[in-house]
Amino acid sequence: MPADGGIGASTKRREDIRFLSGTGNYTDDINLHGQAYVHFLRSDVAHGVLSVDASDAAAMPGVLRIFTGDDFADVGGLPCGWQVTDRHGEVMQEPAHPVIATGKVRHVGEIVAAVVAETREQARDAAEAVDVEIEELPAVVDMKAALADGATKVHDDLTSNLCFDWGFVEDNKDAVDQAIKDAAHVTTLDLVNNRLIPNAMEPRVAVGDFNRGTGDSTLYTTSQNPHVIRLLMGAFVLGIPEHKLRVVAPDVGGGFGSKIFHYAEEAFCTFAAKALNRPVKWTSTRSEAFMSDAHGRDHVTRIELALDGDNNFTAIRTETHANMGAYLSTFAPSVPTWLHGTLMAGNYKTPVIYVNVKAVFTNTVPVDAYRGAGRPEATFQLERVIDKAARELGVDPIALRRQNFITEFPYATPVAVEYDTGDYVATMDKLEEIADLRGFAARRKASEKKGLLRGLGINCYIEACGIAPSHLVGQLGARAGLYESATVRVNATGGITVMTGSHSHGQGHETAFPQVVADMIGIDASMVEIEHGDTANTPMGMGTYGSRSLAVGGSAMVRATEKIINKAKKIAAHLMEAAEADIELKDGQFSVAGTDKSVAWGDVTLAAYVPHNYPLEEIEPGLEETAFYDPANFTFPAGAYACEVEVDPETGKVRIASFAATDDFGNIVNPMIVDGQVHGGIGQGIGQALLEACAYDENGQLLTGSYMDYAMPRADDVPFYKVDHSCQTPCTHNPLGVKGCGEAGAIGSPPSVVNAVVDALQSGGHDVTHIDMPLSPSRVWAAMQG
Amino acid sequence: MSQVSMTVNGKGVSGEIEGRTLLADFLREGLGLTGTHVGCDTGQCGACVVHVDGRAVKACNMFAAEAEGAEVTTIEGMAAPDGTLSVIQQAFQDHHGLQCGFCTPGMVMSAAALLSENPKPSEAEIRDYLEGNICRCTGYHNIVKAILAASGQDANAIAAE
Repeated sequence: MPADGGIGASTKRREDIRFLSGTGNYTDDINLHGQAYVHFLRSDVAHGVLSVDASDAAAMPGVLRIFTGDDFADVGGLPCGWQVTDRHGEVMQEPAHPVIATGKVRHVGEIVAAVVAETREQARDAAEAVDVEIEELPAVVDMKAALADGATKVHDDLTSNLCFDWGFVEDNKDAVDQAIKDAAHVTTLDLVNNRLIPNAMEPRVAVGDFNRGTGDSTLYTTSQNPHVIRLLMGAFVLGIPEHKLRVVAPDVGGGFGSKIFHYAEEAFCTFAAKALNRPVKWTSTRSEAFMSDAHGRDHVTRIELALDGDNNFTAIRTETHANMGAYLSTFAPSVPTWLHGTLMAGNYKTPVIYVNVKAVFTNTVPVDAYRGAGRPEATFQLERVIDKAARELGVDPIALRRQNFITEFPYATPVAVEYDTGDYVATMDKLEEIADLRGFAARRKASEKKGLLRGLGINCYIEACGIAPSHLVGQLGARAGLYESATVRVNATGGITVMTGSHSHGQGHETAFPQVVADMIGIDASMVEIEHGDTANTPMGMGTYGSRSLAVGGSAMVRATEKIINKAKKIAAHLMEAAEADIELKDGQFSVAGTDKSVAWGDVTLAAYVPHNYPLEEIEPGLEETAFYDPANFTFPAGAYACEVEVDPETGKVRIASFAATDDFGNIVNPMIVDGQVHGGIGQGIGQALLEACAYDENGQLLTGSYMDYAMPRADDVPFYKVDHSCQTPCTHNPLGVKGCGEAGAIGSPPSVVNAVVDALQSGGHDVTHIDMPLSPSRVWAAMQG
Repeated sequence: MSQVSMTVNGKGVSGEIEGRTLLADFLREGLGLTGTHVGCDTGQCGACVVHVDGRAVKACNMFAAEAEGAEVTTIEGMAAPDGTLSVIQQAFQDHHGLQCGFCTPGMVMSAAALLSENPKPSEAEIRDYLEGNICRCTGYHNIVKAILAASGQDANAIAAE
């Protein structure tokens, strides 16, 4: 195996060279000949009756055309990709989602008009002259108020603001109610999973282009899944068949879920480029991003945990209100349902579980998947209620968890999923070691000497990744399959280009994927190149989210490479006049078992393309194979996290003193990249726990619309993290045995931070059992005052 | 429109600008130096940091006209002419101090400014200095390590403390 470049090597990232030298190719770096610029006018109120008069503005210098909602009368709205069926068997309420608002606006930031001009400045200047009148209506912001009788409706044509009322597993409801009635102890916790704004550092960008000569449209966009955008926008919005529409997502500056979805601006730029017969570009400002990128989380939950007299978990019952915002974003309905309810068993044996989710429309920005998507919400409530139960029962929170761990696999949970492998005892053992939990008492004393309250919080997590078996998600309401694809193109001189339907926007595919192919063949990883992000040269793929790239996309690549190797062995057998069954491939050499005969990889690849001496009657020339991989199950990464905090009792300020994470990701291709993914997830989780909150006032006005108001985690808010992934129980159903690591940190970290702060305050004699995130100094200080 | 002239990465350049043209836009659109990124509109994120007369400056917070006659260095000017990465750039690759790469130019330019002011900063000094540079991918761990390493310190040992 190559020393630096095979599976398991911390190979340095090749993509870094261009990012470090300023030669990346992000969407905003793309400028097309004759390009015009669009400036979107957005609603500055949450709900109102709209009228737009653009006649004065149309005469402004450089203006090419001003578009309003009427221009999109013959165009489809933005589609939702997931249909949830509620607990009564009814499908969810699904409102129309226009590209540009007509009649009414329903959230701050909704597009009301679009000015296209020769330059960005001219578009902006003309936008000032568009007469937008919005007669303000009462807005609904609070979810429970939105469900009250007589509440203002976000959509007049829907029966109420309730999108769906989902019960899972509905057949377990009575058994859960009974178990809670019969329990020796029930711990109840009301909590909020705070609304977040994803804030990938690269704002969204779209450049639409149209070629009148060929009738082809092209969209350059900041997307995690260009094929999905091509399908959704082409088939459902603009009516362009895939073969006439190319979507390119070049270097993309982070996504975290927010760049999965199909957005109005993408459809607009594609539409306008055709209407004007010239390229149209939009670059989001950060201010626009705050009010137009899909938000995340925003759940309000009551969870009840029932235990028997021996502290065994006997039932879990939850009721959650999940904010959908004003419209259904692409995958919004899946997040509080299938990505949340199915994880409610966590790492524990709980015989019966019932999850109720009421999804609610409000006059706010649409909410959709954000790093973890449903799984952080499940983990947070479960790991918080277990901590609270331990406190109420006077038992050690780690011991209570250990007592209830699932220890035998496969394990079918009462919430419809089957964990294939795991070892929660091992990750907890490892955590106790790397976090030096034995030394905590001494560290607490040292903090006390400084006048600070020190707390220790731990939690476990499990997530369902490798999204997802198509037949299963189809039954659950997905309007898409969730396979992944790869084409492995071996060139005549032996170099390989892999075209993947997966997409890299920070995950390091261009480095890690070649490690796999190189390892399989026994060649240097530098001989393998990855192409991704362009529908014109990659097979139909579903893109990157849900920690799926390696588990699903990598598996497709393995399958395609296996086909390559099989064919190459046939060629090698012919070249060496041996039986195919006797051919072995090692270190890039094909040899005949038991002989000294061998041919090199390059000899075989050359023969495939120069087939002078070649078994043409048996196989075709060339060496290029495609595979589509549809996973048999989700993967289930799991782990245990520990956080220590110091709280200043004078101010309520929380400092993260240490953070340790042990994760079981199964097999690992590039440990350096895996560490980095966990670090980043923890950073975001600490952000959610201590700093970040999207705030609206009662009129639906966004109060956190810039980095002056929305507290992003900065370098001095976080410590160095200790991470370990030496506990490895390989996934049993994909060829690499990998589970996925992209979301773990964000899922696993918020509960331990909050558990630690509660522990610190309790150690100071404060009877505080819960504080809602973010644990800002004012909230912590107020909690201490009782 | 008016004319502006400055030295960018050692080369004299000039171009037509409006009074409101920001230095970041002049670099990106006027000169095609798209390594300088714009991540916010309030001078908070730091993706646009460049050096103007040796000082780290947020190029989205400065008019191009204000850079008249100045010496500007951007991320494109950090590597050697043959493409060899600078010590700081190389440390970012060695320590996986970047993921999506969008904040990276600003991080590298800020790190370079820090190390020219303070050649051996402590972990706390690095974190404090990076207050004005937001990264959403790395949790800052490997960025801080990269800067420690670039200053000749044992980053792995310090991070493990």
